[in-house]
Amino acid sequence: MTSAKAISVSPPILRGRGAALLLIAPALAVVGLFFVAPLAMSGIVAFRAAHGGFTLEHFAKAFDFYSTDLLFTLAIVLLSTILIGMVAIAIAGYLTLGGHPRTVAALRWLYRWPLFIPFVVAGQLMRTFLAKNGMLNHVLIGTGLIEPLSAQSLLDWRGIVVAFVWKQAPFVTLLLAGAMASVESQHIEAARNLGASRRRVLIDIVLPQVRGTLLVGLVLSFVTMLSVLSVPLMINPNSPTMATVDVAYRISTFGDYGVANALCLLSLALAAIGAVFYLRHAVARAEGA
Amino acid sequence: MRTFALPSPIQTLFRTLILALLAFAIFGPLLNLLLWAFAERWYFPNKLPIEYGLTYWYRVFQPRGNALASLGTSVWIAVLTVVFSLAVAVPAGYALARLKLPWRGAILLAFLLPQAVPNLPVYVNIAQVFYQIGLNGTILGVVLVHASHGLVLAVWIASAAFASVDASLEEASRNLGASPWTCFRTVTLPLAIPGLIASAIFVFLESLDEFTGTYFVGVPDVTTLPLLMFNATMGGNYQISSITALLLLIPSIGFMLVVERFLKADVLAMVGR
Repeated sequence: MTSAKAISVSPPILRGRGAALLLIAPALAVVGLFFVAPLAMSGIVAFRAAHGGFTLEHFAKAFDFYSTDLLFTLAIVLLSTILIGMVAIAIAGYLTLGGHPRTVAALRWLYRWPLFIPFVVAGQLMRTFLAKNGMLNHVLIGTGLIEPLSAQSLLDWRGIVVAFVWKQAPFVTLLLAGAMASVESQHIEAARNLGASRRRVLIDIVLPQVRGTLLVGLVLSFVTMLSVLSVPLMINPNSPTMATVDVAYRISTFGDYGVANALCLLSLALAAIGAVFYLRHAVARAEGA
Repeated sequence: MRTFALPSPIQTLFRTLILALLAFAIFGPLLNLLLWAFAERWYFPNKLPIEYGLTYWYRVFQPRGNALASLGTSVWIAVLTVVFSLAVAVPAGYALARLKLPWRGAILLAFLLPQAVPNLPVYVNIAQVFYQIGLNGTILGVVLVHASHGLVLAVWIASAAFASVDASLEEASRNLGASPWTCFRTVTLPLAIPGLIASAIFVFLESLDEFTGTYFVGVPDVTTLPLLMFNATMGGNYQISSITALLLLIPSIGFMLVVERFLKADVLAMVGR
């Protein structure tokens, strides 16, 4: 046990709760003014009629015009999230359990290149790479995998998914590989000694211990992808497209903040389940730390 | 123990094939961009550019060209965002890591929110308010939007950096008679500096790369590099947009390559959980 003196942690510069609040107040004010307040405003504008008063008209319009796009958005983001999870598990799993050191080193060097590349650049990269005349098709034709005539542009929902996975998978892999590295190596070796294959060890021993990290990474990716505007604008701006494109269109073409905010609230609802999970997990972690 | 059987040729082939496929998936799009950046003429059905050259580079880098102006705007906004974010994030990070806070849970929640909530509604409504008070299309408006997001990252990294400073070192300096401020200045701060530099770089990159917020708040007068790139792409000018994209890629990839030097594993482990 530690003595009472050691428990009193480090001597802070300023003492007392007032001082702590004073230090944190400016940051809180910025987040409150430029994040929380506009978010709350979204909830008001979406229900406000043109001449004041409450209305559901904006939501009716949003459903009328954009229900396909909302479903399309959910499908794209869900599919991307699942693919990101699979890629991240495969790469992080090999980094942790792989038996060939040189392959592990190569993989570690390779997978993280897109990590900090912004979405807008990823969109531009895929716009040229996946086009009918893009490098992907040239390579597929060159290697004889497809006929020149069957080359097609992937610049539709598939292009958006590819751009999302390309950009977000390294992020989740980084988090996951970090968590996997801290799994007790004795557990892994014990299982290996008992004759478990690498795949078994990954699924039965390692994954259950890093489930929290995986879910947090996937939730963050899910939420991030929901509000990406540049990728769908650049790859697939025509209907059906993602709801973010519709929001931008409502505003830039009609100045229609009502419907735009209704659409925003609907995509917030899509994100809500994931967000609640993440926030509870993260607050619990941070408070426990 | 692992058996030391010779790797079968099939296994080796399989492994190499998978690595090659992954390398193509990652570098293919980047290589394609590089080709576009140096292509003078390239049209269907040619697999490679018909003519390479630097014409478009001259056009991008001409003294009064849009690209240089946008680069300047982007860097200026990013620098202001870093200064502003760190000025408020460093004290907040210190308080979170070291001091007793009332309503700790609620405060943590506020700093997690911008990560866990889609940002589009925020940008849309900020743009509407800024438009009414004349902040739309100003550098200050864009900096405020970037900072409200970058700040959150900065608070978390700064808090992790302060938390990873060994408290017994501070105690020792205090016991030897250092004042609280001297202790912070000569012990805590220097030890936390690598993490703080990392948070500054993070915020800088975030701001440099930010698109959606600038798209709504920056119009019509503030054109950052990502917006310039976007406009060039939508205008079908692939050379200009590829060169601009390349400019944006350099800091991103550079940071990816050195990130571990600044963010030690113990700090990295505390970020983004």
